[in-house]
Amino acid sequence: MTIGLAHYLSVAAILFALGIFGIFLNRKNVIIILMSVELMLLAVNINLVAFSTHLNDLVGQVFTLFVLTVAAGEAAIGLAILVVYFRNRGTIAVEDINMMKG
Amino acid sequence: MIIHALAFYLFAAIAVASGFMVIAARNPVHSVLFLILAFFNAAGLFVLMGAEFLAMILVIVYVGAVAVLFLFVVMMLDINFVELRQGFLQYLPIGGLIGFILLVELLLVLGGWASVPHVASSGALPIPPPEQVTNTHALGHVLYTKYVYLFQGSGLILLVAMIGAIVLTLRHRPGVRRQDIAVQTYRRRDEAVEVKKVEPRQGI
Repeated sequence: MTIGLAHYLSVAAILFALGIFGIFLNRKNVIIILMSVELMLLAVNINLVAFSTHLNDLVGQVFTLFVLTVAAGEAAIGLAILVVYFRNRGTIAVEDINMMKG
Repeated sequence: MIIHALAFYLFAAIAVASGFMVIAARNPVHSVLFLILAFFNAAGLFVLMGAEFLAMILVIVYVGAVAVLFLFVVMMLDINFVELRQGFLQYLPIGGLIGFILLVELLLVLGGWASVPHVASSGALPIPPPEQVTNTHALGHVLYTKYVYLFQGSGLILLVAMIGAIVLTLRHRPGVRRQDIAVQTYRRRDEAVEVKKVEPRQGI
């Protein structure tokens, strides 16, 4: 009944798959897509910390700190872009974002 | 040991369940609240793994800043979320298929994985025993010495993100009267005051 590395990695894998699933499921809603990306980053962090504990190496936790930093910046910029887009177009539906014909 | 296992299963189950509710909830406000719950339980998992500092950082940064930012944006934008949910079931099969395949692949990797025998003893930065040095102390010791440039770099990333968010969302509305201190103090008496000679019984 001991909880080892594999348990934590399983939780992280499930959370990561849920993030991918959420991106597919909520194709129209940018806010939910951003939240799914946050969920995936959380799964990556759990992976890093689990390996850090298992291998008795502090580098994983240092790396987690940097991942957290970048995730926070990414959320701030993404939501700022979202607010500007909503102010200009009045909608946040993903399929309406086609001004650049990309 | 049994308490450790019970706590793990509790945190893991709630984290996975609330992670599912994040993507399945009808109301985006509920999604954000479930995201906060998922972060709290992930912080609990971090504590179980012995990374207390990261657990507290997760609660402070994610729950205190990022999730509240999401909540703010969801509530501020006036969006018809029912319209955005159309096609939800249409994407369910393909999304479920891809998610399931990915999960199975990840779990297969997990099952067939083995580490090199001596890798656990050859870490670059061994974690000191927690009875002597706390986790926060140990992280601080390496973060401000060995990884100081990366630390400064992450500070720069945050600065750029902050400036970018401000520049993106700041707007000057025309027609709003603003106070301009420089103009106010630069004014002299002869442009501010006009002396009129008023004739009696006439007014200006």
